[in-house]
Amino acid sequence: MSMFKQTFILVLASTSLLFGFTSLAQTQGAGLGTPVSESLLENFDQVVEPDGSGLPEGNGTALEGKLVYDEKCQVCHGAEGEGTSGNTRIVGGDINSSGNPIRTVGSFWPWASTIFDYVRRAMPTDAPKSLTDTEVYQVTAYVLYMNGIFNQSTVLNSDSLAAIEMPNRDGFIDRSQVQ
Amino acid sequence: MSNPINSLEKVAGNGLINRRHLLGLGLGGAGLAITGSVMAADNALPFEIPSWSRQPGPGASGYGTRSSHTEYMQRLAGNPNPVYPGGGSSRSPLQYLQGTITPNSLHFERHHAGIPAIDPAGHKLVINGLVRQPLSFNYEDLLRYPMVSKIHFLECSGNSGSLFGANASDGTAQSLHGLVSCAEWTGIPLSTLLDEAGVLPEASWIAAVGADAASMGRSIPINKALDDVLLALYQNGEPVRPGQGYPMRLFVPGWEGNLNVKWLTQIKLTRGPSNFRDETSKYSDTMADRSSLQFTFPMGCKSLITSPSGQMALERRGLYQVTGIAWSGAGSIRRVEVSADGGQSWADALIESQQSDRALTRFRIPWQWQGGSTVLQSRATDDKGNVQPTRDALIATNGLINRYHYHGIQSWSVVDSGEVRNVYV
Repeated sequence: MSMFKQTFILVLASTSLLFGFTSLAQTQGAGLGTPVSESLLENFDQVVEPDGSGLPEGNGTALEGKLVYDEKCQVCHGAEGEGTSGNTRIVGGDINSSGNPIRTVGSFWPWASTIFDYVRRAMPTDAPKSLTDTEVYQVTAYVLYMNGIFNQSTVLNSDSLAAIEMPNRDGFIDRSQVQ
Repeated sequence: MSNPINSLEKVAGNGLINRRHLLGLGLGGAGLAITGSVMAADNALPFEIPSWSRQPGPGASGYGTRSSHTEYMQRLAGNPNPVYPGGGSSRSPLQYLQGTITPNSLHFERHHAGIPAIDPAGHKLVINGLVRQPLSFNYEDLLRYPMVSKIHFLECSGNSGSLFGANASDGTAQSLHGLVSCAEWTGIPLSTLLDEAGVLPEASWIAAVGADAASMGRSIPINKALDDVLLALYQNGEPVRPGQGYPMRLFVPGWEGNLNVKWLTQIKLTRGPSNFRDETSKYSDTMADRSSLQFTFPMGCKSLITSPSGQMALERRGLYQVTGIAWSGAGSIRRVEVSADGGQSWADALIESQQSDRALTRFRIPWQWQGGSTVLQSRATDDKGNVQPTRDALIATNGLINRYHYHGIQSWSVVDSGEVRNVYV
């Protein structure tokens, strides 16, 4: 056993004594993390990636989404997605217009997955995470429909969502490796 | 009788004096008051025993409070927006602070859905995704890991964004630039926990998610996550406060503030960036050609004079201590120059505090104001050779659509009345 590892375990042991933590035996493994299975995390892990991974079961159409939208979204985003103030406009705009372009879901966002991800985790702002997965699919479909990106009666599910090409997808440049 | 100020060595136009005079000549007594910064001392008071020396004061207490005479030091919070309950920011009073460490109560805040009231006993940190073994950690167990302490600045990438505006707004150092602070952060190297879960070779990014009502998420490249990112549990020696992410936050040295996810509850290892709303719709930089730069992480090389600064006033002609802060997301500050003639000539300021890696650095230089109008500026250089650009140069590369990552030279005009204002030159 290396000196470092000895010291490490001594530190853990003394901390345990000081705070009356659980047994020392627990500290002698690889670490203190508790193994969990991904299936246990099904309701906890809400990350949705551009390729559609992380999307839950379920589906919805824009026609269904209008009902949810009118009840829970339009108070801030407006009846047609035109917005009510600040950053709430989600429809229309043109990234190539002169001056300061109006950047909305339709004119700016590069991935449809972000709509589902953001609505599910953060919307509506006064009751985030109150929508069912089905409602999130429905509202996502309606936002896409209002932007002319998706048909009103086509079923949005994990496959059809991942296949959507957003108008400004090629407008983004990944600078993460140019730091 | 000759004025001793006249014997001081001038090193640049309009009254800038060699910084070495700060070290040896006791200029403190010669400094004049700047109103709007602190209350001017009244030297005409009679020398009598003050009342507080005639009776015992209150004894020791369980938790400290500041003097009632310093309560003017407040964060400046924006107006609440009903569309985003709990969203918004509050700015550090840079013009009143000295040294380089921001008191926790005055550290800037930026929340996307308010401050969650987290009971640490019910809080989990989950590491999952492309790992050998997904793990869950509770707070008490995390406190048992070996920790490190680092002093680093934290800056919102939207800090100073109003300086991109067409007209110079009449603001203070706080209102214009107060979304930067600096603290000692103590926590567990994230690499320790990632190693414990076992990062799979195909994992190239992490997604970090908070436990606030917005469940705010950001993606960070795995090489950074394994390099110097901390799971921060303490700030300036005490548990991270609720407004800063209690019980734990991510700390990403030198990179834009929004990545430092507060109330951290999940790290998911992924193949690529998750493209959260706050790295696509927001915190991306749309250039003049309408391309949008994504994941522009490091904060630029930057400085500003905090005293004298916007909305202060010089009471009379004479000797002043010009001071401010400098920082860079790329490394440590090596040089700060100050100009008192709108950038025509520059003098090296004294870099006072330790030149820590990606931490605030304090600079000072003596300046004799002879009346009249002038413009004060500061210009920082870091150890990688990055030089703080002028506002014009920054706009030439950035354009005027993007409002993130402003780090241009700040210009403060001083007019004959002594009033100090934000200006563009």
